[in-house]
Amino acid sequence: MTETPREPDEPVQSPAPAPRGVEPFLFDGLRPRDDDSAGADGAASGPGPADSPQRAWHRLLRAGSPRATRANVLAMVLAGALGFAIIAQVRQTSLEGLENLREDELVRIFAGVDQDGERLADEIRGLQTSLELLKSQSTNEAEAQRAARERLEALGILAGTVAAAGPGIVLTVSDPDNKVDAPTILDTVQELRDAGAEAIQINGERVAADTWFADTENGLSVSGSEVRPPYVIKAIGDANTLAGAMEIPGGVTATVRRVGGDTDVQIEDEVKVDALLTPTSPQYARPVPTPTP
Amino acid sequence: MIPAIGLSLGIIIGLLLQPAVPVWLQPYLPIAVIAALDAVFGAVRAILDGIFDDKVFVISFLSNVIVAAFIVFLRDTLGVGAQLSTGVVVVLGVRIFSNVAAIRRHLFDA
Repeated sequence: MTETPREPDEPVQSPAPAPRGVEPFLFDGLRPRDDDSAGADGAASGPGPADSPQRAWHRLLRAGSPRATRANVLAMVLAGALGFAIIAQVRQTSLEGLENLREDELVRIFAGVDQDGERLADEIRGLQTSLELLKSQSTNEAEAQRAARERLEALGILAGTVAAAGPGIVLTVSDPDNKVDAPTILDTVQELRDAGAEAIQINGERVAADTWFADTENGLSVSGSEVRPPYVIKAIGDANTLAGAMEIPGGVTATVRRVGGDTDVQIEDEVKVDALLTPTSPQYARPVPTPTP
Repeated sequence: MIPAIGLSLGIIIGLLLQPAVPVWLQPYLPIAVIAALDAVFGAVRAILDGIFDDKVFVISFLSNVIVAAFIVFLRDTLGVGAQLSTGVVVVLGVRIFSNVAAIRRHLFDA
C-alpha cells in the first residue's frame, strides 16, 4: 500500500538502491536491524511490533503478493530449490539401504539374517532327508515290482498262463494204430519233466501241474480236450538232455515202438510253447500265510 | 505467496524428475535441507517483524546451507560421528521452533 511505485523491471537491472525490500516496512515505524539479525536469523523474540494479528496477516500477504521484485524472484528460486531438495532427500531416504544404519541396528539385522539362514539350512536338511527317504522308497518299490514281475512270469510259465519260448525239442509220436495210450503219454511227460522240461505242450494243449490224460476212441483227452495222433510234443529245456531222455533203453521211444508207433525227436534252438491255460483259483486249498522274515 | 508457489513448484518438479541424489551430496543434503528450512522460517518471522531484507534472506539461506554442509564435512573428516549432525539438527530444530512460535504470536496473537 505504501510501496513506492516502481517500474516492473527495475529490481533486476539496478542492483543496489540500498535496502529495497525493507523500505515498505518503514511504514510500521521500524528501522531495519543490522543485517545479521534480519532475515533468516530473526533475533530471539525482541520487542516486536505490537501489531494485531490482522495486520500481521496483512503484512504476510503483502510480502507474498506477486510482485516482480528481486526479493520475490529470489525467494521463489530458493523455495523451489528447497522443495526439490526435500523431495530428492525423501526419495533418497526411501531408497536407502544399510549404509546409514547405526551399529546396533546392523547387529540386530545381522542376527536376524543369521537366524533366518540357520532356519533355512534346517529346512534344507529336513527336505533333503525326506527326499532321500522318498528316493530309497521308490527304488525299493521298483525293485519289489521287478521281482514280482519276474515271479509272475515264472509262475505264469509254470501254470501255463503265458506263452514261452526257448531251446528244446519237438517230439513227434506217430501212432497209426491208435495204440499209444494215456499212460504212455503221461510217462513221456514225466520223462520230459525229469529231464528238466520247463514248459510242455501236446498238439494244442498246454501241459501244466494239473493236466490229466485219458484214452478216447480216436486218441487222447488232455484235460478234457480231444487230441489226435500224431502227437507233437514240444518241450522247452536243455535240448540234449531232453532228447537223451527220450532215447533211453526201455524209455519212451522203446515203448512207442513196441506198440507199433514211431517217434521223431527234433532238437531246435527256438521252440515255441504258445498254448495257454486259463488259471483257475483253487476251491478248497487256501495258502497258509508264511511268517515274513 | 510467491515463495509458497516456488516451494510447490520445486516439489512438483522433484516428483516429476525423480532425482537421484549424487553420492557425494548424500551426506550433506539432509542437514542442508534442515538448515534451509530454518532460513525460510526465519524469513517469515522477519517479514512479520517488519525487518525482512531479501539480501539478508538469500545470504542467510545460502550460508546456513553451506555451514551445515561444512559441519557434516567436518564430522566425516574428523570422525566425530553422528553426534555432530545430531547437535546441528537439535540447534536448527530449536531455532525453527522458536521462529514458529514468534510467527504464531504474530499471526494468532497467541
